[in-house]
Amino acid sequence: MTLDKLKIGAFGIITKVNGQGELRLRLLDMGIIPNTKVEVVKLAPLGDPMEIHIRGYELTLRLDEAKQIEVREIAK
Amino acid sequence: MILALVGNQNSGKTTLFNQLTGANQHVGNFPGVTVEQKTGEIKGVKDTLLVDLPGIYSLRPFSSEELITRDFILRHKPDGIINIVDATNIERNLYLSLQLIELGYPIVIALNMMDEVRNNGGSIDEKKLSHRLGVPVVPISAINKEGLDNLVNAITSTVQNNLYPKKLDFVKNGAMHRLVQKVTGIVSANAQKVKISPRFAATKVIENDNPIITMLDLSKAQLNLVESAIKAMENELKLDRNAALADMRYAFIENICADAVVKGSESKERKLSLKIDKILTHKFAAIPIFLLIMFTIFYLTFEVVGKFFSDILAMGINEVIKICDKGFTAYGLNPIVKSLILNGAICGVGSVLSFLPIIITLFFFLSILEDSGYMARVAFFMDKLLRKIGLSGKSIVPLLIGFGCSVPAIMATRTLSSSRDRKMTILLTPYVSCSAKIPVFAMFTAAFFPKHRALVMITLYILAIIIGIAVALIMKKTVFKGKPVSFIMELPNYRFPSVKSVLLLMWEKAREFILKAFTVIFTVTIIIWFLQTFDYKLNIVDHNDDSLLALIGKVIAPIFRPLGFNDWRISTSLIVGFSAKEAVVSSLNVLFGASILQSGAFTTASAASFLVFTLLYTPCVAAVATMRKELNSTSKTLLIVLAQCLIAWIAGFIVYKMGALL
Repeated sequence: MTLDKLKIGAFGIITKVNGQGELRLRLLDMGIIPNTKVEVVKLAPLGDPMEIHIRGYELTLRLDEAKQIEVREIAK
Repeated sequence: MILALVGNQNSGKTTLFNQLTGANQHVGNFPGVTVEQKTGEIKGVKDTLLVDLPGIYSLRPFSSEELITRDFILRHKPDGIINIVDATNIERNLYLSLQLIELGYPIVIALNMMDEVRNNGGSIDEKKLSHRLGVPVVPISAINKEGLDNLVNAITSTVQNNLYPKKLDFVKNGAMHRLVQKVTGIVSANAQKVKISPRFAATKVIENDNPIITMLDLSKAQLNLVESAIKAMENELKLDRNAALADMRYAFIENICADAVVKGSESKERKLSLKIDKILTHKFAAIPIFLLIMFTIFYLTFEVVGKFFSDILAMGINEVIKICDKGFTAYGLNPIVKSLILNGAICGVGSVLSFLPIIITLFFFLSILEDSGYMARVAFFMDKLLRKIGLSGKSIVPLLIGFGCSVPAIMATRTLSSSRDRKMTILLTPYVSCSAKIPVFAMFTAAFFPKHRALVMITLYILAIIIGIAVALIMKKTVFKGKPVSFIMELPNYRFPSVKSVLLLMWEKAREFILKAFTVIFTVTIIIWFLQTFDYKLNIVDHNDDSLLALIGKVIAPIFRPLGFNDWRISTSLIVGFSAKEAVVSSLNVLFGASILQSGAFTTASAASFLVFTLLYTPCVAAVATMRKELNSTSKTLLIVLAQCLIAWIAGFIVYKMGALL
């Protein structure tokens, strides 16, 4: 599944980072790489972008961007 | 000794800069608030120049601001680097550190916010960290001034003794190790020729970083060798080059952290931030709360705090005028000189100076919004709406700063990563009415709409925003078509704004404003006084209708006849307003004396159309110059200025016709 499908409060392990060009490089730089744990914290009031917790900090990204990140859901 | 201060956004970089240099500088909690390179001498250390560079996450720049940092490091080659690392967020911060270490400059890592780490029961073994990274590591707390002397000693001795970082191998063996070794060998000679570290050059070549590859001037044969080596690694690891590099760096960091970092419990700061966000970014409450906050800020600024102080200041200025008048008369001063001082200088400058408290108050609130971390939240929940008009959530920061002044607002657009978003935001900033127009609004609403002052002011602000949105939509459909760019932004924890930095900012703004009042506005009022006192034969006129100024103003005045004010004094004041918007008020005061209401030059309807025109016409010369610099195009800037004047004229015309019907 992809990150945008993960429910609020759910945890996942990143399995693959798709996308291309600058977007992908930015995601990698921010620590979004395979085998990293993420938590979906919330969605913005209008449903987009989303807020995630990764490597000890909060990051926001749009659902379109989250679609590029493949995850495997895990229990807390 | 030139030292670069480099770190992630929100790592406390600017606070450290302020503590080390004592310079007047603004601290921001929004990703990337530092818009200019600020420099200063480190207190107590002669011949040092510390350069505060915009926050970056990686030496691979995305926004024009991040490019500034990388270019500075690579081209200006500082003697040393202070790399500030947020200890509470150490993994992602070290990702940049590894790249900086690869550069091979003398470097010291300042491990900031160690107090927060300790308070949450964590600890970091800086000796182990320093050993593993091969560079000095100094724990500090910039905000509490802890460890700063150690940091200064460490960086000065590192630079003076030419202590370069030890060579770091992120992986000891495997495909990535072999690749980095091999590429370093291939590019080594070229890298030494342009004086960059071979190891750094190798990583950048593997990343396919074009500016660096061009800089290295590699031959076709070298590039082919590199390419085949990369292909071999990709096949072996089943990872592409960029993922493999990021993976290598983060794996190395995780390994070091497992060794040197004891994580505490979930940080109190984060828990508090999550709680605050339950309300401030609540599904239904977020936007109403934001509007309420903005409304409260404007209410407090104009109706309560600002007004109170402005009234006192205005009274004081009036007293000064009265006392001077008496004194000059008793002394028997030449009436022309007396008129120059009283009607020209004091009246003009004074009428503007009394708005100082309002402007300072507004900047006070804006800096709190920014430093606390709230602006990043606003960007987060406004992104979807702003995207509808072709902007990104990050555009909200420049736009809100625009309520204070367009100049820093236009400069703040550098934090936007796409040039399309940047241009759009620059174009729209003038539709957020800046604080220099407040004196005009205040004077006119007091004279013509005394019962509905606040309502008229708010209507003006909203009208400008609505027109701005319309302009944005038209631009989005025509000139700025194209895909939206990504919105990847850190949400920092909420922090109490530092009192020192807020006060420094207010002082800086007060100084700028007073300086403006006594330079630009002073000069303009003297010129106006001169032009309205003499005719073209330099005789003193009995009535300013015969003056030089009237001659000029009368040529332009007819343009404004359809807007209801066909008076040369008004058209003159609008032209003068191009130098600074406050000058509209000062020149009207000089030209009309104190009685603009009784002069009969305005009806209620034409006062309204005048306000709308002033609201929308070209921003002042300082803002236009900044716009030209940031857009890097004189023709585009001129086009924007003309379009804005035209839009202002049309809007003023419509308002006047509507007013005449009522």
